[in-house]
Amino acid sequence: MDFFYFLASFLLLRRLIKAIKFSVVYPKWRNLLNISSWGILLIYIFCTNSLDDTASDLIGSLVLLGLLYYIHKEEDFQSQRPYLAANLPLVAMGFINAFVQLVANDFYHRNNNYFGWATLAAFVWIFGQWASSKKQAEELRISAERRAELESLVKERTGELSQQKDELLETVKELKSTQAQLIQSEKMASLGELTAGIAHEIQNPLNFVNNFSEVSMELLEELKAEVKAGNKEDAIAIAGDLTQNLEKILHHGRRADGIVKGMLQHSRASSGEKEPTDINVLADEYLRLAYHGLRAKDKSFNAELITHFDTTLPKIRMVPQDVGRVLLNLLTNAFYAVQQKRRTAGPDYKPTVTLSTFPSGKGGCRVIVKDNGTGIPENIKQKIMQPFFTTKPTGEGTGLGLSMSYDIIVKAHGGTLSIDTKEGEYSEFTILIP
Amino acid sequence: MKILVVDDEADVQPLFIQRFRKEIKNGEFEFSFALSGEEALTYLQAAHSEIVLILSDINMPGMSGIELLSRIRHQYEVPPPVVMMVTAYGDEENRRQAIDNGADDFLTKPLDFNLLKEKLKTLHR
Repeated sequence: MDFFYFLASFLLLRRLIKAIKFSVVYPKWRNLLNISSWGILLIYIFCTNSLDDTASDLIGSLVLLGLLYYIHKEEDFQSQRPYLAANLPLVAMGFINAFVQLVANDFYHRNNNYFGWATLAAFVWIFGQWASSKKQAEELRISAERRAELESLVKERTGELSQQKDELLETVKELKSTQAQLIQSEKMASLGELTAGIAHEIQNPLNFVNNFSEVSMELLEELKAEVKAGNKEDAIAIAGDLTQNLEKILHHGRRADGIVKGMLQHSRASSGEKEPTDINVLADEYLRLAYHGLRAKDKSFNAELITHFDTTLPKIRMVPQDVGRVLLNLLTNAFYAVQQKRRTAGPDYKPTVTLSTFPSGKGGCRVIVKDNGTGIPENIKQKIMQPFFTTKPTGEGTGLGLSMSYDIIVKAHGGTLSIDTKEGEYSEFTILIP
Repeated sequence: MKILVVDDEADVQPLFIQRFRKEIKNGEFEFSFALSGEEALTYLQAAHSEIVLILSDINMPGMSGIELLSRIRHQYEVPPPVVMMVTAYGDEENRRQAIDNGADDFLTKPLDFNLLKEKLKTLHR
């Protein structure tokens, strides 16, 4: 019987060698495991030849138990722990065999067969367990492989998706910077339209400054002459004129100053800060700039400008540069429309652009820009707020004016921008700022 | 000599009065002013025979100086007043348009008052 314990021990060690053959701990254990497996065979040969069955059984099962305990304790063989339990029935059989032989040797020998079979069964049990656990391990391995495959697939897909996400983010970033550039170039384009108007607007006050300065110098000479001649009253009258002239010089100097400031404000990036603004002043300023801008481009152009400003309007919170751009855009469009119509209409046609302000609701205002120009055909009315839509020839318009106006009024100021138009008759744009 | 100055800038008026104060004082020139083409026409309706010379800005809101010029040329044939056009835009197109419509002279802003004075005095004689 003792044969089985030693064989089980031997096979356990061989199996252990095989199991760790490809792991890092193998070099450390190889010799010890080899030697001890052959040592076990030597112990067996010694026991079989020199000891009786009882002692052999006891030594055999003790060797196996010791071996199991050692392997169980050793961290390096942790992976083998699940297989160890399969050996326990055989160990138990060894003790039972030895014990029964010691206590009831006769009984043992009478039932030798049963004990032999039971021992054999315990031995076979080990390999049955091993086989089934091997199968299980195989299944585990396959499922682990499959899981790893799936995981790598998921990883790959996740990688692709996050790469796509990164690319999209990059695109969004690029689009945003393009948009900013477009806004800037639209601003610059409208500034270009303004330049002539601004030059004209500045030229007038400058002329006054120069003229009044010159005439004042003449007056001073006259003043000296009158004083010398002792004409006190005439001298005082001239001094009065001089005061008036200096006031005019100051007034026109400030006027030019205001125009330059307005121009700088228009070209500067909008601070986006809302501030209380007198819409009438803003509207008047941009009306003049838009008119003279176009006037400078088309010398023959002339239009009647009618303004209806409600002087009771309170200051309204808005971003003045942005609303100014909207006004400029609407007015430029209005002038363009009457200019276009004048080319085809008869001599009786009077180009007219009307700019009106009204109070609206609690502390809000409505600004209406109306022209008696070409109007907007019904089929393109829906499209005019779209970015890049323009009816002007290439190079004359960016197609961004109205879409930006819409963004400024509706998105930034929570207002509305509405159109009323009849083809060939008129267009009327209404800005409502709450 | 009666002169009508048409300009939408109100400060043109004290400027002319001061620039020509000597001439006004000794009765050489007499100035009237209008702030728009429409106002000028209304004024002319009442006193066109007295006005010898009209100095008009071209670039004004409403009726332009060119339109005013063409109306004057069509309405007041006898006696034809001398019309000088004044503009900030001294380009060929503007000049041609003014001359085509019957302007006697074409001056650009900023006005050279000494030159203007010479021209007016030549006319006066």
